[in-house]
Amino acid sequence: MLKIIVCIKQVPDTAEVKLDPVTGTLIREGVPSIINPDDKAGLEAALRLKDSCGAHVTALSMGPPQAELALREALAMGADQAVLVTDRAFGGADTWATSSTLAAAIRKLGYDLIITGRQAIDGDTAQVGPQIAEHLGIANISYAEELTLIGDAVVVKRQYENRYHVLRAKLPCLITALSELNEPRYMTPGGIFEAFEQELSVFARADLDISDANIGLKGSPTRVVRSFTKQPKGKGQAVTLDPQESAQWLLERLEEKHILSSGK
Amino acid sequence: MDFELSRQHQMSRRLFREFAEQEVKPLAQEIDETERFPSETVEKLQRYGFLGIPFPKEYGGQGCDSLTYALCVEEISRVCATTGVIISGHVSLGAEPIKTFGTEYQKEKFLAPLAGGKALGAFGLTEPGAGTDAAGQQTKAVKNGDHYILNGTKIFITNAGHADIYVIFAMTDKSKGTRGISAFIVEKDFPGFSIGKKELKMGIRGSSTCELIFDNCPVPAENLLGSEGKGFGIAMKTLDGGRIGIAAQALGIAQGAFDETVAYVKERKQFGKPISAFQNTQFQLADLKARIEATRLLVYQAARAKDTKANYAVESSMAKLYAAETAMAVTTKCVQLYGGYGYTRDYPVERMMRDAKITELYEGTSEVQRMVIAGAILK
Repeated sequence: MLKIIVCIKQVPDTAEVKLDPVTGTLIREGVPSIINPDDKAGLEAALRLKDSCGAHVTALSMGPPQAELALREALAMGADQAVLVTDRAFGGADTWATSSTLAAAIRKLGYDLIITGRQAIDGDTAQVGPQIAEHLGIANISYAEELTLIGDAVVVKRQYENRYHVLRAKLPCLITALSELNEPRYMTPGGIFEAFEQELSVFARADLDISDANIGLKGSPTRVVRSFTKQPKGKGQAVTLDPQESAQWLLERLEEKHILSSGK
Repeated sequence: MDFELSRQHQMSRRLFREFAEQEVKPLAQEIDETERFPSETVEKLQRYGFLGIPFPKEYGGQGCDSLTYALCVEEISRVCATTGVIISGHVSLGAEPIKTFGTEYQKEKFLAPLAGGKALGAFGLTEPGAGTDAAGQQTKAVKNGDHYILNGTKIFITNAGHADIYVIFAMTDKSKGTRGISAFIVEKDFPGFSIGKKELKMGIRGSSTCELIFDNCPVPAENLLGSEGKGFGIAMKTLDGGRIGIAAQALGIAQGAFDETVAYVKERKQFGKPISAFQNTQFQLADLKARIEATRLLVYQAARAKDTKANYAVESSMAKLYAAETAMAVTTKCVQLYGGYGYTRDYPVERMMRDAKITELYEGTSEVQRMVIAGAILK
């Protein structure tokens, strides 16, 4: 049976995460946690493949112990298995260390298709999915807005700003999903109660075949120099002109700021 | 004694709230104004198992407990009391008596589609002359071979016209009084069964409330629920459970009006400051909050009692009485805090106040609840 692994991240339920101005870290207190929206679309895509052609769906998350709740939610939506990768040794990981760790977990689990979200709403890097594919040496199609399985390959509509590509990749491969991919199903009440009865697999440091140089804070080449909350922009300038004059006026302002050049 | 919801119940509440906000709230005003039954919502409730929450998995249900069911009705009613009563009428009144009193055949044939989201249920007890005095049933069922022939009229039936399966009460032996009442399972397309006048109501206007007319309607003897003469007991036991659903609905209405009002008083400015800055507003909100939380404890206690005690009539009557009166008091205060705007249909609190009133009336008026509670105190 087709083996799908979906990577999900537990994130604070807000698009406007506030930063502590002193420490520069995210303020998580009082903000409920959810499955990252792109990841949830990835999970739904996997569950639809399971519904239509049969598949075993594993939800995989790396995070602190409370990420268990995101995995229980994935089970309540219909995932067959949930795996939590958690250990203090993995703490402070940047995208390199995170993707290295997840790749090690995925190798251990075995897979045909890996689906991750495009990016997490609390980090917005969009790096972890493609990096996992690099670590595993498999093909990667990012920004999927449509996904179909044809024989031993996936056909993906990959979104661009003003166009899309239709790409085909042979399994095994990794897809990164956009939240536009689908509308995720709700959990069912019975599914929730079953999800809490199910056993959660936990992978700790000792369970993974990976070098210390690639995990946790020490395995993270990224350094955050400073985090800050963006100051709101000042008030704009309003003018009342006819359309032609306003276009001319706007063009002059943009040229002044060297944003546009009219070629004069 | 643990007052925290379990993690399962917390996640269930989150599911119900998310569903309510996304699928139910956007329709609430429209179905109230147009008095339209929200069939599309019922279809979604069925798809996600919300209409089978407290029923065993072996009959297509979700296998959850009464508290989960109460949380569902509460959260849905928080945004739309119409949808709340559709769920409560189906689960507590339509399906529950078949689960409790049905034969194996009846459970497989009727409970499974009701719990599994394939059919909608309803319950017919009230008649023009038999409201609080439920024993005054005029509808008759006369045995004729392997059928009973039903004749009579029921009124104020929730989900009427949209339900597929009805639990109907009728006199099989008038001389025995309440011991002469029997319960039957009637399917919507039985000959001689039709839907009569639709009520035009003050609140819960999207829910369907109609007459049921039985004109020589043959009901197979195998559809007799329990045995002959046991109908009154079945009705009373069913209402004990139903009152938990209505209590949860009332709690949801109160919480919904409160949440809307808290948001409003922070926005609305008078005398140069938000009205939340005035101590009158603050003290009223404090009183409402305390009363809603007290109600919540009573409602959850009644839901727990249904799963753990053989007799939970007093718990459910206390929950229903207090929750209904809380819903009425809280929504009335909320309209007052809104001022004149609260009386307009631009804001949901006027609808919530109209919706609240029914909870003091149906499935036993507040006076009936007091009779049940007092009867237990003084027995």
